[in-house]
Amino acid sequence: MQSEGLIILSPLDLGIASSLVLLLAGLSWQLRLGIGRRVLIAAARSTVQLLLLGLVLKALFSSDNPWLVAALAAVMLGVAGYEVMARQKHRLRGIWGYGTGALSMFLSSFSIAVLALLVLLQPEPWYLPQYAIPLLGMLLGNTMTGIAVSLDNLTRQTLEKAGQIETRLALGQSAAEAIGDIRREALRSGLIPIVNSMSTAGIVSLPGMMTGQILAGSPPMEAAKYQLLILFLIAAGTGLGSMTAVMLGSKRLFDRRSRLRCDRLTE
Amino acid sequence: MSRLRVERLSRPGVSVSNLVIDAGICAAVHGASGSGKTLLLRAIADLDEAQGEVWLDERARSSMSGPQWRQRVMYVASESHWWASLVREHALDWPADDLQTLGLEPDVLDWEVRRLSSGERQRLALVRAISHSPSALLLDEPTANLDGVNAERVERLIEAWRRRTDGCVLWVSHDPGQRARVASIRYQVEAGKLRQTDAE
Repeated sequence: MQSEGLIILSPLDLGIASSLVLLLAGLSWQLRLGIGRRVLIAAARSTVQLLLLGLVLKALFSSDNPWLVAALAAVMLGVAGYEVMARQKHRLRGIWGYGTGALSMFLSSFSIAVLALLVLLQPEPWYLPQYAIPLLGMLLGNTMTGIAVSLDNLTRQTLEKAGQIETRLALGQSAAEAIGDIRREALRSGLIPIVNSMSTAGIVSLPGMMTGQILAGSPPMEAAKYQLLILFLIAAGTGLGSMTAVMLGSKRLFDRRSRLRCDRLTE
Repeated sequence: MSRLRVERLSRPGVSVSNLVIDAGICAAVHGASGSGKTLLLRAIADLDEAQGEVWLDERARSSMSGPQWRQRVMYVASESHWWASLVREHALDWPADDLQTLGLEPDVLDWEVRRLSSGERQRLALVRAISHSPSALLLDEPTANLDGVNAERVERLIEAWRRRTDGCVLWVSHDPGQRARVASIRYQVEAGKLRQTDAE
């Protein structure tokens, strides 16, 4: 089916595509990869989540109530915060395990999304869900990866190098000096994915958003401009978010007397 | 002039009601492994949380920041750790005399840490500590991995430092001979309690 440049997918199309995932699950079962179950669960999750999102957005787009937009944004942030926490092998105990990632994502993704809506895109009203929700989604999805990688790196290296950190503390160094190298390394590791995807964008990979716009019938130049905007926003958001997360996280790894507190991390 | 005074210090695993090490004095500590010697040293250095107070001369630990205290009352762990690749990068100043006392050539500073033997690292960790100008040294089995010759060199280094700076030393050692050589007061840690012992 074709209507105004957009080819509408039929349930049969999706059925065929999903049979490829079933094939993958079957293969991984055959090869004893032990991941077949997780592939199926993840595929089922994405089906339910995306169809639900489609329904929610459909309702949202026809209402343009700012509180509904805010509520959906809050749910997205809440889940992203949980994902960041779940991706860390050793996370901070208590509310910090969740809070560090969620707060960093809130500060970076939300502020950058609001900035982009108010200054750059300027839809009317500025929280117009057709713009606000996809933009925030792209930002959260990508900063989430950067923040999770940075925090995981920070906590893992701190445990591995606890002896070095404590030696530096014992020699009279401040907490910031003692963990400086590890902080920098953690930040770098969180920024590498976005740097890579910026450098290969358009040559190796055709970014998802641009692909989507082209498939939906947008002129390629317009799609390219949107993609660039998003890439820049993601880079800024990832950087800002990872820095916030690493700063908050590494502060929490020391107490008021600048002692290293590995006991504040879970196994 | 640096006198270390520990007052009602306690943490899970070890507690000390009163311990005074006068300026220029070395006190030895021994005790079975797991008795709390390392915990005691770490608590005095404020590397671990503990109740109570420690004084350096008339200054209370609680009146200084953690890093300020640890630079003055310096803990040297039994296993040395290094964070940079070259030895030289771990301190601003490496006194040639101290290196010589330990039987180390000055060019050892330009070596990569990973090329050093564990004994060389252990000796260098002591020079590194001294070069940060502490007032008191808390040594946790500083000669554990060293042969007799090098253990004696370490004893001489610490003795020279003590005379030069009038600093005080708390020295954990398993070797009764060493305790008799280096220390004028001796303590034993037993089940987390510190008590003075007669000369051995």
